[in-house]
Amino acid sequence: MAEREMVRKTSTSRSTETVEEESKSAPTEKSEKLKAELDDLLDEIDEVLEDNAEEFVRNYVQKGGQ
Amino acid sequence: MAIIKVCGVETEYGIQMLGVPDPNPITASSLLVNAYLSLISKKVGWDFVDESPMVDARGFTRDFQLAPEVETHLINTVLSNGARYYVDHAHPEYSSPECYTPREALLYDKAGEEVLRRSMESAERFLGPGQSVVVYKNNSDRKGNSYGCHENYMMDRAVPFGKIVSQVMPFFVTRQIFTGAGKVGTEMAYLPKDQVPFQISQRADFFEEEVGLETTLKRPIVNTRDEPHADASRFRRLHVILGDANMSEYSTFLKVGTTAIVLSMIEDGFLDGQEITLETPVPSLRAVSYDLTLKRPIPMADGRGATALEIQGRYLEAAKEYAAAGGLASLGDEAEGKEILRLWEEVLSDLEVDPMRLADKLDWVAKYRLVSGYRERHGATWDDPRLAAIDLQFHDIRKGKSLFYRLGQERLLADEEIEIAVSEPPRRTRAYFRGKCLAKYASSVAAANWDSMIFDLGEDPLRRVPMMDPLRGTADHVDELITSCDTAAELLRALGS
Repeated sequence: MAEREMVRKTSTSRSTETVEEESKSAPTEKSEKLKAELDDLLDEIDEVLEDNAEEFVRNYVQKGGQ
Repeated sequence: MAIIKVCGVETEYGIQMLGVPDPNPITASSLLVNAYLSLISKKVGWDFVDESPMVDARGFTRDFQLAPEVETHLINTVLSNGARYYVDHAHPEYSSPECYTPREALLYDKAGEEVLRRSMESAERFLGPGQSVVVYKNNSDRKGNSYGCHENYMMDRAVPFGKIVSQVMPFFVTRQIFTGAGKVGTEMAYLPKDQVPFQISQRADFFEEEVGLETTLKRPIVNTRDEPHADASRFRRLHVILGDANMSEYSTFLKVGTTAIVLSMIEDGFLDGQEITLETPVPSLRAVSYDLTLKRPIPMADGRGATALEIQGRYLEAAKEYAAAGGLASLGDEAEGKEILRLWEEVLSDLEVDPMRLADKLDWVAKYRLVSGYRERHGATWDDPRLAAIDLQFHDIRKGKSLFYRLGQERLLADEEIEIAVSEPPRRTRAYFRGKCLAKYASSVAAANWDSMIFDLGEDPLRRVPMMDPLRGTADHVDELITSCDTAAELLRALGS
């Protein structure tokens, strides 16, 4: 059934030439991609982050739950 | 053979009201639930009396302004996907419907997140300019207050509870290495702040007992609540309270999937004779959470030590043998069970080599990498409030604001199926009957609960349909019946009740 197929929406495009090739190159490719994504977010994070971090953290108070 | 591990996830969300003087969390939670009810066309409530102004969007605004202290038991509703959505302990809580497989539990957990997102958007209509309610899927306010994300698994009543406790304990203490949602710092008052700059789990700081009934104080690693919401002579519902609320689809899928496999093995006696016993489960829960290297052993009863990875590895090896012996049928879908095993092995092996390999899959790794990257770039110290802010905002459920969503993590689900799961119930449990009755006969439903539906046909007495077996009332059982009955009266006649 299609619904049971695991869908990987943002998975890295991996080399499919040979198994050996993949096992060598995939981690490097992947870590480069991860690094690029992290750098992108770090570039823009100060715009996304709540204006006054200290106040935001202080005001985030919850009642205890379960 | 182990019985099907019918399962579900219940999440208490954190909330923050902005721009409101003296915000009241119960009011804010009620506002969210009611705002959602006002969005969906049909009234699918339970415990609501028709005259109550709270069910009516028009009356609601007035009620909200005049009487912020609403009775929490009034805010308790059931959705057409079979889930329960209500106010609990000053938090909005979404309990997923009963699911047939771990992947389905993941799907309905994510559908719940979507329900909260829509509630938040809808709530804006009832608030003044500059006011909003923001929802967080996390477990702590970083000030010592915690709220839970619980899992539930159906088990055979014949399995002695003591056996479940002893065989699942080492698994529960160590599974956080892939289920943890990560936290900057610690909330243990006695620990120097710099001793725990970052930890794997949101919840580990809050557990004080090995076994017990409590959920809000002196929380136990294994909870003994015996409330099966089903035939108590046949079933047990194992109520698991120690997990973190996960943003990551991988973390939730692995959390529910590996736990379902371990519980099946316990039920089948597969772990008998190869028990592992921890010397000090409660301190070890924290020790594992505080050890980002994953290399420090925790003490075992036999005097030796083992790392969390080694203990997980032993459960995995047993699970592989169990699968080879045909044991995964209880997962509801054997192919899915094998996929869980494959991922479990892959994740343990990646964690062993370098946890950062999983930065696009697991919550704690993604969060750790993000705060570490921020620290390096800005030369921030661990007590910098911006790191705490990143920690909280990772769990903001608004996709534009959430740092989890901004990171673009790997996924297991498609948005289209989440969209469907917001309104359609799972097809292979009794949630199907509940959800479909609410969708079709809402005006005749007086009350709904996990194990029954109560109909009001306009004449005394109310008619109760018991649902004591979670595997009855599926699409296969009742779809034709519901399609052929135009009214609740016809349905009840056909059911012979």
